[in-house]
Amino acid sequence: MLVIPCPYCGPRDEHEFSYAREGHIARPTNAEQISDADWAQDLFMRKNPKGVHYERWMHAKGCRRYFNVARDTVTHEIYAVYEMGQPAPDVKKESGR
Amino acid sequence: MVETYQRRTALAHLGLVGRAAAGKGGAGVVMSEAGHRTIINIRGNAQDPAFAAAVKSATGVDLPAKANTVAGTGARQILWLGPNEWWVTGADGEADALVEALRGAFTGQHATACDVSESRAVLSLKGPKTREVLARGVSLDLHPKVFGIGQCAQTGLSRCNVLLHQVGEGPHFEIYVLKSFSDYLWRWLEQIAGDFDLGIEA
Repeated sequence: MLVIPCPYCGPRDEHEFSYAREGHIARPTNAEQISDADWAQDLFMRKNPKGVHYERWMHAKGCRRYFNVARDTVTHEIYAVYEMGQPAPDVKKESGR
Repeated sequence: MVETYQRRTALAHLGLVGRAAAGKGGAGVVMSEAGHRTIINIRGNAQDPAFAAAVKSATGVDLPAKANTVAGTGARQILWLGPNEWWVTGADGEADALVEALRGAFTGQHATACDVSESRAVLSLKGPKTREVLARGVSLDLHPKVFGIGQCAQTGLSRCNVLLHQVGEGPHFEIYVLKSFSDYLWRWLEQIAGDFDLGIEA
């Protein structure tokens, strides 16, 4: 089980959280003009990296706030936890990966 | 004929008064239902001095400074729920006046106060074995060095979402749980507490 450090409540067990998929997705602003194929790409296609993944979690049984997590999909190591709206940190450089 | 509405607590059907009177009394863990309580959910910007002042003027209590802590004593307390969300508690029957006072104080601010008193039942557990009972269903570290008096935490207990609050020595914990889960949670706790010399108070 993961121990996820909630930016508000501190470290808690994974069962208190719900996964909220990939973070930092910018929706198209020209919604009327783009094609169905582009919409499909935007809505359904997600990164599936082997390594650092920038994702959102929600502290469902605690403070019920969303936040971002930079997690390694291979080792489950959590490099960074940061609030919504903040830019993704470049953890590859910091962790030397 | 008009029947008078008989307001009952969430666990009134368990007959705790009778069981307590019958002398179901151990001292390892003493369980009771805390009865009706006013709970007001407030939200606002904690960094805004005007919001903090409004809460103080309406409730007489400062917002808790740290996450997962409780400010105030007795009936009037403020429990931290999130970075911009708290519960204000009060004695039974205070809800309407408290909401009115808070909404009045929040005039012109991006803040809200909402009466959620009827949503929760409050269970009380005290006695030297309380932490051992809770530890069977909570993944938090409840060691007194980590979780002490005046601290609260929302977490999962058994299968329920609860708010745990250590209110005093003993240790004495209060558990806020949704009313619809309270019957299940009481029975679960009673089963566990049976291993630890259970007593029941009304």
